[in-house]
Amino acid sequence: MKSVRIGAGLGFYGDAWAPIAATLERGEVQYIGSDHLSELTLAILQKDRMKDPTAGYTRDLVPMLTSLWPAARRQGVKFLLNAGGLNPQGAAAALSAEFSKRGWQAKIAVVSGDGVLDRLDELHASGDTLAHLDTGADIAEVRERMLFANAYLGARPLVDTLRQGADIVLTGRVADAALFMAPLIHEFDWAWDDWQKLAQALTVGHLLECSGQGSGGNFNAYGGEHGWQSIPDYPHLGYPIAEVSANGTAVITKAPGTGGRVDFDTLRQQLLYEVHNPHRYVSPDVVLDMGTLALTDLGKDRVEVKGASGLPRTDTLKIVGGYADGWAGSATIGYCWPEAYRKAQATERIVRQLLDERKLDYEEIHTEYIGLDSLHGPLADTSRADELNEVYLRMVVRTPDKRLAEAFPRQIPWLGLSGPPTASGFSGIEPARALLGLWPTLARRELIESRITVTVTET
Amino acid sequence: MRLVDIAHARSGDKGDRADIGLFARNAADYAVIKREVTVQRIAEHFKGIAEGPVELWPLDNLWAIKIVLNGALQGNAARSLRSDNLGKCLAAALLRMEIET
Repeated sequence: MKSVRIGAGLGFYGDAWAPIAATLERGEVQYIGSDHLSELTLAILQKDRMKDPTAGYTRDLVPMLTSLWPAARRQGVKFLLNAGGLNPQGAAAALSAEFSKRGWQAKIAVVSGDGVLDRLDELHASGDTLAHLDTGADIAEVRERMLFANAYLGARPLVDTLRQGADIVLTGRVADAALFMAPLIHEFDWAWDDWQKLAQALTVGHLLECSGQGSGGNFNAYGGEHGWQSIPDYPHLGYPIAEVSANGTAVITKAPGTGGRVDFDTLRQQLLYEVHNPHRYVSPDVVLDMGTLALTDLGKDRVEVKGASGLPRTDTLKIVGGYADGWAGSATIGYCWPEAYRKAQATERIVRQLLDERKLDYEEIHTEYIGLDSLHGPLADTSRADELNEVYLRMVVRTPDKRLAEAFPRQIPWLGLSGPPTASGFSGIEPARALLGLWPTLARRELIESRITVTVTET
Repeated sequence: MRLVDIAHARSGDKGDRADIGLFARNAADYAVIKREVTVQRIAEHFKGIAEGPVELWPLDNLWAIKIVLNGALQGNAARSLRSDNLGKCLAAALLRMEIET
């Protein structure tokens, strides 16, 4: 019986591709799906594009495919990547140029039409309120400050490119799982209303879209043989691979000889990751109910996944916009034993008093003590804080005014000689950081999908 | 006893929502966490972090509980002033919770 094997690519912009090389060498896959875009990545790419209109895609694309393509070509492996970011055409142009230079042939496809920043007024006028999905707020509040807005596209345009023989599919914003669903729908010719199969495909995509998190990475479990220390060979952790049958049943595994672990525990941590209502996990192509899923540990890094329930897709697509939302200024300074925490606390009080006296008025002043509570906040156990070997005071301010954000770290250095003793490890005058608000909303599907374009070009 | 002794967990982010998957290792422990980990207890535990309502779904097929903390990330990760802007450590923070067995 025919089965299709798909390997996980990157899980974020900046992730490692050495594990993909291992998958290509020993994983016997036909496809790699690679997710370069978190909710926030488009904000980074927007800054790139403002400086250079040919930029706006993730810059790991060209070096990654230059490194992996020779092995992929030999094995006939195809790639689907959302590395196009805000500029899929630009990504394709850069990749084609590099491939041409090396004399490599490939059919490179581009899927675009997800960018709706310049269509927001049109969508609004045609009846989509574009109100904030969670708060119901009016988009007029942030419209002028919006930096990007992109719809999450489904698998259909990706399937179109595969039907046209594409070897490398470059997209902008698509649902992460669509990168993995498309090859399955293409290979098995599943119908667009076969909700059970699409639900299985979505489950597979979701398990593979975060690279090593689907095979033992970031396995947040404790207690010796059951805990994170039991994961073998972190330095060579292999990314997950799905082996999917025509009936939709999947086995999740990884390449032989790689580190990490695929078992019931590591896989279910990924299954529920960044899911909200698990009975209504909405993607552009299907709504998944995880309540009927069965994960069966087959041993030897193999877990069978079946039983996903699918409900019909929604009439809307999700859009996420990002808007400029003020500035942060920050500074960090360390203190050592004895009385490290008390000295750091005293510095916090001194700084707050000076900000008051100097009428430096911030919307919010956030304080945390690195080494004590910076990661657990109010939940941290501070009962032994008096005996810390060292602690860092980190203060961050929020303000709409960039100059005011820049002014904040300058209040600190003089305390090295004129404040509480043993100040050390000052972070320096850090530049102000632009903060970004997110605007999730919905738009009618047909208004977005009617503008999707697909092109396939041979290098 | 604390949750860390019988369960494991992973957290993630979407906008201003932090989400946590909590997993028991066997059916007996799952019965314990299902009884102990309630909306009210989670809301108390994450006081000062989660400003919105807590949502919770038990999944018998996975011996798991899905927990969502609304209003927990200062708007979203790119707006947050916290070091743990993505809420990656909130799952571990949940494992501190004291439970009766």
